[in-house]
Amino acid sequence: MKAYGTVHKYGDNVDTDVIIPARYLNTADMQELAKHCMEDIDIEFASRVKAGDIMVAKANFGCGSSREHAPASIKASGISCVIAKSFARIFFRNAINIGLPIIECDEAAEKIEAGDEVEIDFDTGVITDITKGESYQGQSFPEFLINIINANGLLNSLK
Amino acid sequence: MGMTMTQKILAAHAGLDEVKAGQLIMADLDLVLGNDVTSPVAINEFNKAGFDSIFSQDKITMVMDHFTPNKDIKAAAQCKQCRDFVHQYGIKNYFDVGDMGIEHALLPEKGLVAPGDCVIGADSHTCTYGALGAFSTGVGSTDMCAGMAKGKDWFRVPSAIKFNITGKLPRYSAAKDVILHIIGMIGVDGALYKSMEFSGEGLKNLTMEDRLCMANMAIEAGAKNGIFAVDEVTLDYIKDKVTKPYKVYEADPDAEYDAVYDIDLSRIKPTVAFPHLPENAKTFDEIGEVKIDQVVIGSCTNGRIEDIRAAAEILKGRHIAKDVRCIVIPATQKVYLTAMKEGLLEIFINAGCAVSTPTCGPCLGGHMGILAKGERAVATTNRNFVGRMGHPESEVYLASPYVAAASAVTGKISQPSELE
Repeated sequence: MKAYGTVHKYGDNVDTDVIIPARYLNTADMQELAKHCMEDIDIEFASRVKAGDIMVAKANFGCGSSREHAPASIKASGISCVIAKSFARIFFRNAINIGLPIIECDEAAEKIEAGDEVEIDFDTGVITDITKGESYQGQSFPEFLINIINANGLLNSLK
Repeated sequence: MGMTMTQKILAAHAGLDEVKAGQLIMADLDLVLGNDVTSPVAINEFNKAGFDSIFSQDKITMVMDHFTPNKDIKAAAQCKQCRDFVHQYGIKNYFDVGDMGIEHALLPEKGLVAPGDCVIGADSHTCTYGALGAFSTGVGSTDMCAGMAKGKDWFRVPSAIKFNITGKLPRYSAAKDVILHIIGMIGVDGALYKSMEFSGEGLKNLTMEDRLCMANMAIEAGAKNGIFAVDEVTLDYIKDKVTKPYKVYEADPDAEYDAVYDIDLSRIKPTVAFPHLPENAKTFDEIGEVKIDQVVIGSCTNGRIEDIRAAAEILKGRHIAKDVRCIVIPATQKVYLTAMKEGLLEIFINAGCAVSTPTCGPCLGGHMGILAKGERAVATTNRNFVGRMGHPESEVYLASPYVAAASAVTGKISQPSELE
């Protein structure tokens, strides 16, 4: 499986309150929430994002609240993968549980810039910045988690 | 090799003799929690996945605390969805307006968590119950759904950081100052994926409410859980609350820790976390004049009776500053009633404060005290992220009830000693 798209770039400690502000959490309609995704730090994200695009951030992405609305609204906005140096732990498990691909890679998180065209090969963990002509090796998941991802999320894997 | 307290609880719940840091396990759950924001997502997933039964009517709990009393029609619909689900499946521990409180203040009070339990909650501050010597961690709604259906969830076994507590807090220093100091020291990802284990001879000087406050904010250092060694304070707290059997776990003497920090309580000073991260902790020698517009005293971090008493001690016989709003929110009905009987509500109202029924409300920018553009609040809550309490250009300063109440009186960030 591969992902390919244009990059939206963010910094350290992107918290779930800015990914989807609590003032919108009176609904669980993820398409509706996608309209407000990232708006407190990037007001144009929702209008700019295209299906397949890739989000790249630095350390501790998704810190704060446990709201699954955060990875779900990112997924609903069309993002095909989030690359970061590290993920906050609840965001990490939520992403796996709902089937939003994520990958940890220091070098990619540092070097890739907004607007770059990037391809990710999930089988090998290789991230290629096509704009820069460079490749980086992301961390692969242990088998236990790959089984959840391949089952298309936690609930399917429990059946 | 020895195991940490968290590892021992996880091993026991996974049916294993031993677990190691990094190992992925399936563990049995003693309690599954959701609120009015996270439960609807879990219920949608539950129905979509085609589940038609729950694992236990006693071990699932839902608390309607975030946008309640319902702030708008959509919030009302979310609570109704929870209520209907609870009735359909016969879930016993359901808490709605009138008998609810903020979940993490309510569940310990109701005796729903015991030492040695394995608890998940679709709310990040579920780590609060580590104060009772339980393994307890925040998860998402899909986890909550899986937990409700199967009574199990997956975990990556954490390594741990140990905090060796000594000494006793000085006057006007509080548990909140201790945890803000720790987060300031290790950073908002300083304990990422790890446990924070608290032990040492100073533990006896921390009340259960102090411990609940500290464990509550373990997530703000990125931790999977915060956990306190069980002692007489714990057993005394649970003796008239917990009715189910429980088991006390202790860390092995040869357990390995990624780091060990000594925390001398006698050196802790009133601390304020500046916007927009809880790690921006400053003591008053680093704080100049910061004028404020609002004070919030409450939340799952600092809305318990000792917190309300601390705020009342400062506000007694005083009036808050002109042009400052001070909102006091006792975290549960029991806290509210106790505060009423002790005459604390009268102190607040005479001081010019608004007093509210329990709700998470302003902490997450839901309702009951939203900030306008450019406004500043001192809050006893747990997060000061961009836009957390309202407009993206508003600011939240995190502090103890003592500092919050003193700041309400002066209209700028202040410590109680400034009033003497």
